Parts: sequence; structure tokens; C-alpha cells
Amino acid sequence: MDLVILLAIQVLYAIASLALISVGLAIIFGMMRVINLAHGEFLMLGGYAAIVATSRGVNIWISMLVVAPVVVGIIGVIVERTIIRFLYGRMIDTMLATWGLSLFLVGLTTAIFGNTTVGISAPLGSFQIGAYRTSGYTLFVIGVAAVVLFGILVVLRGTRLGLIARGTMQNANMAAALGVNPPRVYAVTFGIGAALSGLAGAVLAPVSGVFPTIGVAYVAKSFITVIGGGAAILSGTVSASTLFGTINQLATFATTPVFGEVALLAAAIVLIRLLPQGITGRFFRRGL
Amino acid sequence: MKVDRRRFLRGTAAAAAAGAFSSPAWAEDPIGVASIHDLSGGLDIYGKPMVDALTLAVEEANAAGGLLGRQIKLINYDPQSNMQLYTQFAQQAALKDKVAVVHGGITSASREVIRPVLDRFKTLYFYNTQYEGGVCDRNQFDTGVTPAQTVEKLVPYAMKKWGKKVYVIAADYNYGQITSQWVKKYVTENGGEVPSIDFFPLDVTNFGPTISKIQAAKPDFVWSALVGGAHISFYRQWAAAGMRKSIPMASTTFAVGNEHIVLSPDECNGMLICYNYFQDLKNPVNAAFVAAFQKRFGADYPNITELAMGTYQGFRLWAEAVKKAGSVDRLKVIEAIETGISIDAPSGKVTIDPPTHHCVLDVHIAEVNDKKLNVLEDFAQQKPSDTAAVCNLIKNPNDNQQYVIKI
Repeated sequence: MDLVILLAIQVLYAIASLALISVGLAIIFGMMRVINLAHGEFLMLGGYAAIVATSRGVNIWISMLVVAPVVVGIIGVIVERTIIRFLYGRMIDTMLATWGLSLFLVGLTTAIFGNTTVGISAPLGSFQIGAYRTSGYTLFVIGVAAVVLFGILVVLRGTRLGLIARGTMQNANMAAALGVNPPRVYAVTFGIGAALSGLAGAVLAPVSGVFPTIGVAYVAKSFITVIGGGAAILSGTVSASTLFGTINQLATFATTPVFGEVALLAAAIVLIRLLPQGITGRFFRRGL
Repeated sequence: MKVDRRRFLRGTAAAAAAGAFSSPAWAEDPIGVASIHDLSGGLDIYGKPMVDALTLAVEEANAAGGLLGRQIKLINYDPQSNMQLYTQFAQQAALKDKVAVVHGGITSASREVIRPVLDRFKTLYFYNTQYEGGVCDRNQFDTGVTPAQTVEKLVPYAMKKWGKKVYVIAADYNYGQITSQWVKKYVTENGGEVPSIDFFPLDVTNFGPTISKIQAAKPDFVWSALVGGAHISFYRQWAAAGMRKSIPMASTTFAVGNEHIVLSPDECNGMLICYNYFQDLKNPVNAAFVAAFQKRFGADYPNITELAMGTYQGFRLWAEAVKKAGSVDRLKVIEAIETGISIDAPSGKVTIDPPTHHCVLDVHIAEVNDKKLNVLEDFAQQKPSDTAAVCNLIKNPNDNQQYVIKI
């Protein structure tokens, strides 16, 4: 029974971390149709922002939950203003441009920080479940994911900002005719997507360490989750993370991490074959 | 810039004068030594100390008058953790630079990429990393420790201290695969059991399910053969789950890339490791070496690693053989080594074992404690018995392969 509870926590954690690393991409790709191949590097930058701030004496919670998203959000707005805004509607071109950006960011961070893994110890200690122990930080990651997803729901559904964002993405010209400034909405949306990626990178930094090429480990999984989820940002991310996280974690526990990854990829292929539009292409169509 | 006749003449005259100045007529060309070690990319934590040690060894030899009256010229190549560049640089070193010897390769993969190239172009090759054993090639010398020298010592030591049930986790490539088989063999021979061996691709960072699995298996200790930057997160997650104090750990890969300095003491104190060299070894040769090293690279140099020492010893062994052979000719040097060459190194006496081209050397078990590696026990003059079981280059000089030893 203890093992079942422990496993349940691990599965929740897998779902939460998938949702966290994908939600920024879901906004940028799902809402704006920009294929952001530098997504992994946004996560990496978030990790570095948190670690640099913490080592300069900033409280660890502030550097993870405030500094990292703000820094990466600002970088996101700069990237949108200097690169992405010339490429809306040209998916392949955004792919090439952001791929170049990702190589540039990897090179830049290597030049600044070197190639060594850095990290901070996970705070919060550990706790006992019967005969087993697990880290308190696991629960914190699950909590952050829940708050982020709930926050997005509230913003998109309940606020004027969310309404304007959704409207602009659906029909920019109509929004402009109604007095909205679409370039500004695009920049802000891209910045929020980047900020959420930065937050995810920072929250996962104590667990996985940070090095310049860590983005590679994240980017494929986040694309799989977002594409598997389909068009709706929130319900897509949640449903795909739940499906893939559960499969990945249970397969890893039952066999080895190698088969865990294989199981995740196999599930993704089957899913895309059966539901080419992703999960929300058929289910939860009215969701956000 | 326009160059008129007068300026051209003046320029060439100056160049000729400078040339005459720097190379007196009686001096021969320097001896070329190539270094092919990753100074960038994922493996640079291992490569940089190796190149530093090699640089020091070459500078020391030159300061002592060079070899055979000739200076030594170190040619550094950085393959950037990229196998294709390894091939390219090995060819350049052999064909363009015509070096006397190549020191290089960190992973087994990079070694297996350049070994055939250097065989084909008849260029002597030293591989100075601790590895899984079994390479048998007359053109190559392996100065790092193999599992028979480290795993065989550390397994019984840890089992005596902690108990008989050993859970093995390893990196998923040939080092991890082969080393974990050795661990299993020695654990079984010592009357213990291995409930499971788990392999991890080099980029895995989520170890949560494995940590639960290890707890469910209730081993007496965990053996780690994890490698590289991503796998450091295992030690973090292990400590975060509060496991460091309840299940201890032993390893023959930890600290090779100075992981004990990257991690906090709370995340790795008490771990047992086993290598040929530790910076804290107490002997006069090592004291002089550490002083020279810190004078050259700074007193704040984090820690001189096992791999750096392997490279330093590799160069010294080669230089000794050249002196004995009186030549840098490849075959003459090999023959000189095969009479049995040995040096008094900072790690103790190191001798090349002629039939295997591996080294007989001292190994030490140490414990990680507050970013230091404290030596607990010494084992003198360990033979590479794993490779010796399959390889005899005196009997079969034409043998050329890596044996995967059946366990």
C-alpha cells in the first residue's frame, strides 16, 4: 500500500513536470502557431537565471518563482520583437529562425558559464510514507504545476486580457478593427509563454541540474505533449501530460528508463495515428 | 596594403634573420606529440584536466633538456566531444604532423574511433583513461585502471562494511554495460546478490521511479556506474529523497569529473570510490607533483583527477621508453616498452605489463568527505588480470580487437 501511494506521487510528478515544461510551448505554438525550437533553451535559461540569482544571495524561492520567469519573459519579448514578428504565418521559417536561436543560446551560455553541470540542492527535505521515503520537493513541483494551470484558466477565461489574447489569435484583423493593437498582444503573449518556460526550467533545476545543452532533453517531450494534446491549450496540455506521464512513469517502474521512454514515444505515435488533431481535436473541443 | 620591392626585400631579410636566430643549425626538429582530448562539449569536465596534465608533463620534459636532445612540441586538438572530429584529427596528427605518439580519447567510443586510424597509419597510441578493459592491440598502450584493479577491490570492501545485497545502476553504453557485469561477478563471488541492474541513457534526468524501485528492493548498498552531466541529478534526487543516510553508495565513476566538488557535501558524503590516484596521497613524489601542478595552473585548481594523472603517467612512460630505445621510431619504442618499462609516478610505481600493454599499479579506496577524497586503504601493484585473461601480445603480436570478457 505504501508503494502504491509512492507510485501515485511519482505518476503525479511525471504529469506535473510534463505539463510544466509544455505549457509555455502550448501558448506559443498552440495559440500563435509559431514553432519555437528554442523552447528547450528558454527552459535552460530559466534554470540558469534561478541558479545565478540564488548564488548571488537571492532567496531560492524568489529566484525560482520570480526572477527566472521575469528574466526569460523579457528575453522572450526581445526575441519576439527582433526575430519572430517578421515571420508570423510562415511556420517553416519560424522553425529555422528559432533553431538558429537555440544554437546561439547554447553557444552563448557555454561561453559564459562553461559546460559543467551546475545546480542547487532541492529544498524541503524528505518525508516518510510507511517504509518508503520521497522528497518534499516532488510535492512542490506538483503544486506549482497545479497553480500554473489554474492561473492560465483564470486569465484566459476570466480576464479582459485573456479575452483580447484569444480574440487576437483567432482573427487579428477583426481585433485591430475593434481597437486592439495586435503586435503588442503578440509580443505580450510570446513573453508570457517564454516566462512560463523560464519558470518551469527554474522549478526543475534543483531536480535535474542545469547545463547549456539540457534543452535537448526537454524539447522533444514538450513538442510531443503539445502536439498530442491538440489545439486547446489547457485541456490539451493536461490531457496529454496525464496520458504520457502515466505511461512513462509506470513503464519505467515496471521495466527500465529506456523502455519508459520507448513506451512514451510509442504511445505518442499511436495517439497521433488515431487522432491526427491531437486529443482535443476530438474530445474537450470546447475547452480552452 | 601595397608591397613594393624594397619593403618586400626588407621583410624577407628580417624573417630569415629571425628564423636563423630561433633555430640554430645544430638543433634538430622538435618531436611532435599530439593530444586529442575534448576541451569543449559534454565531456570537457574530463578533457580539460587531462590536457593540463599533459601540458605540464611536456613542459617538465623540455625543461630537463627534452628527449634525445630534441625539444618536444605538443600539438593540441579539440574534437569537441564529436566522433567525426576524432577521426579527422587522428589522421591529421598521423599524416600531416607526423607525430611520434598520440595521447588521446576519453570515452571508449572515441578510443575505438581513432585506434584503427592510428593502426593504419602506424602511429603509436596511448589511451590514458580508466575504462572497462579488454583492448588488445600492439600499437596501443592503456595506462588507466580496469575493473579487475578497482571493482575487484571495492566490492569486497563495501560488502564487508555494509552487507551483501547490491543494487547496480549504470550508464547505458559500453563502459556501464561491461562494468556492471564485473560488479555482478565480484558480488556473486563474494557470496552476495544483485537484485537488479538498471541502465540509464546518458541524457536521463528523472530518477524518481528508480529511487522508488531501489527502496522496494531494500539493498544494503547501491553501486553507481553513472556517467556525465545529466546523471549528476541522480545523486541530488537520491539525497533529496532522504536516502543518502539510509542506503550507502559505492562507485568507480564518481569524482572522475570532480562531481564531489559540484555537489554539496550533504549530497555525497560517505560514498566509497576506488582509483589509482588521489591528490591527497602521501608520498614525496606526489607532494612535489602537486606543488609543481599548482605552481603552473594556480593554487586554487579544484582537484587533480584520476584521468589527469593517467595522462601524465602515460606521457612519462612513453618518454621513458623513448630514452631506452634511443629513438622515437614506433617499433623500437614498442620493443623497448615490452622489455618492461616503469616509472616512479605520483601514484606510486607504474609498470607497463608487456603481454597486455596495460599497467601494473597501486590502487586506493577513498571516501568522499566534505569535498575531499580521504584515502582509507591501499592495494599495491595490481595487475590488469581481466585483460590478461584474454590478451597476450607477446604470443600473438598481430592480435587487434577489444575483447568483451565473458562473465
